[in-house]
Amino acid sequence: MAVFESDPVLSESDPVLKVVDLAKDYPITRGILFRKQIGTVSAVDGISFELPRAQTLAIVGESGCGKSTVGRLLVGLERPTRGSVFVDGVDLATLSPKALLAKRRDIQIVLQDPYTSLDPRSTVRKIIGEPFDIHPSALPKGKTKKAMVGELMDRVGLNPEFANRYPHQFSGGQRQRIGIARALALRPKIIIADEPVSALDVSIQAQVMNLLMDLRDDFGLSYVFVSHDLSVVRQIADRVLVMYLGRLAEIGSEPQIFEHSTHPYTQALLSAVPVPDPQHQRERESITLGGDLPSPAAPPSACRFHTRCWKAQEICSIETPLPRQLLGEGHLVACHFAEERSMIGTAAGGGDQAQRREP
Amino acid sequence: MSEFFSGRRETEALTDGEPVTDQLLDQVGEDAERDSQALADQVRRQEAEAAASEQLPVSGARPRSLLGDAWYELRHRPIFWVSSVVIVAVLAIAIFPNAFADVDETSSLTGGCNFDNYLQPPSSQFWFGTDQLGCDVYSLTIFGARPSLAVGLIASLLTVALGSAIGVIAGFYGGWIDAVLSRIVDIFFGLPLLLGGIVVLTAISFPSIWGVVFVLVVLGWVSAARLVRSTTIEAKGQDYVMAARALGASNSRIMWRHVLPNAIGPSIVVAVIGLGVYIGAEATFSYLGLGLQDPDFSWGTMISSAQEVFFQAPWTLLFPAGFLTLTILAFILMGDAVSEALDPKRQK
Repeated sequence: MAVFESDPVLSESDPVLKVVDLAKDYPITRGILFRKQIGTVSAVDGISFELPRAQTLAIVGESGCGKSTVGRLLVGLERPTRGSVFVDGVDLATLSPKALLAKRRDIQIVLQDPYTSLDPRSTVRKIIGEPFDIHPSALPKGKTKKAMVGELMDRVGLNPEFANRYPHQFSGGQRQRIGIARALALRPKIIIADEPVSALDVSIQAQVMNLLMDLRDDFGLSYVFVSHDLSVVRQIADRVLVMYLGRLAEIGSEPQIFEHSTHPYTQALLSAVPVPDPQHQRERESITLGGDLPSPAAPPSACRFHTRCWKAQEICSIETPLPRQLLGEGHLVACHFAEERSMIGTAAGGGDQAQRREP
Repeated sequence: MSEFFSGRRETEALTDGEPVTDQLLDQVGEDAERDSQALADQVRRQEAEAAASEQLPVSGARPRSLLGDAWYELRHRPIFWVSSVVIVAVLAIAIFPNAFADVDETSSLTGGCNFDNYLQPPSSQFWFGTDQLGCDVYSLTIFGARPSLAVGLIASLLTVALGSAIGVIAGFYGGWIDAVLSRIVDIFFGLPLLLGGIVVLTAISFPSIWGVVFVLVVLGWVSAARLVRSTTIEAKGQDYVMAARALGASNSRIMWRHVLPNAIGPSIVVAVIGLGVYIGAEATFSYLGLGLQDPDFSWGTMISSAQEVFFQAPWTLLFPAGFLTLTILAFILMGDAVSEALDPKRQK
């Protein structure tokens, strides 16, 4: 059953989402009535990217690197300190509150934890139907809210008969499907998926990932897929943005990042991905980063990664490396000493596998 | 855009339940990928059907609305049943007193009270005896239930309504609104109920039960407000509130549709327990001569007038006091049961 007729937007070449120099600072304040700012947490600092239609951009990085904040900035849950977000070429900051509310229909979010993102006191019908209460114009003509909820449930693989049940009566994967149906209701162009499968069992993860990819293909959706799980990212992403402490480390297409990574941080992340072959796992290089993620309230000077980087030299703490193109088209890296290094599944690694496959 | 898709991994193998990571290095050729597309689609369809037809456990199928949830917990509790029997009985008496006694017996104006029957002990004619005006204590007790309960019900309803509204606003908006409202709450919290009530009721005269209700609401809303403020702060930080905000929901929608239903549980408990407390408070004010005034009477005024003759005729005090105590106890036990039923930590 088709919920919506998917329109062929693929021919349009303009990016559906364009982010320029996005930044978010959180003030650290003291006092209740008379707030005094005593510091700043720089959660996101100067992130720029473009998202072509019907494609998926993955944002990866370790906990606290600001990747979820980027997602929240995009759906308008937070106000950016600096920078612009263009949806379909329209700068969201220039819109009136009313126009912004209408524009929000185009960009929806699926949250990480399906156990807390659904109101425990609402039925599934109320949860999936709420988008139509807020945006009555989103309801297709001649269709009731009830019918739409049923179609949406069916589309995400839930039995519409369960519409009167409460979230706690569903399993984690089913709840995440409810969350996806809610995000899908307004027929957005972009869905921000904030670690949508990291709270789920691995077997359920695959089902939900398949659902997300099916929906992308059916409705021409574009995803911003925030995740720390590189194997999940590799499954879905067309482009990958690696963040470290609020800044862009490296951005490129999926093969560019996974097979031709040039930033030391990207390489360290990739080296931590488990490899199924025990022999290969033992033999391959492993990069272990020393220390913890520095506090974003007092980030290191210039290149924020220099405190943990094995390549760091004096210049890294003096001059901020700007994103530059080193290898292919659209592959940007922010590092003074960027150089290609194969971490997984290329050259030697891939060759090994190929040999073993043919006894 | 095809250049981006060329590197994409298909996931058909994942549906077999293998860990995602196992697939990372699987270098599937593009041709093989295309060949397996049909198979993948089939697997996905089957999987969607499986997910759709997945049966939910019937035993766990129970409602999760605030009231449905509470009812499920409550009906398995003996204390709930004992207290509800008492409460239903008292409510029946309060609503239909004429079914239990004759109103004429309560007033000397209608000739029902007779000085000849001055302080008669309980007998077959006067079940609870008579008071110093020769009125039937049983009839007085029956007709005294309505004002007592009315004060308790109205006062606790208004208390929770006012307190919840202010608590939700303070907790939801935070900042200076919260700071101002919380200081007001602190000021009212500092006013002693009894002293404040005596001052107000002495200074202003109200008709019927409204003086006592006014005092109880004005001095009593703060505890509900404090409670709802803290539960609101907890609820507004939940992900489902963020999800509603991302959909574009207005503040008032979030506040009334999502935060309040999840924040009001504890204040319902306060209301039920408060009901008993307010009935007692009404009796206290009436005992002090500040509550109901003649010709209105309640259990409180009866206890008040009985104190003069307690040693001669203890029944004049014991019967209304017994009804009062039993009613308060029933409401407090009910409050306890409701409180446990609504406790989110007990929810599975």
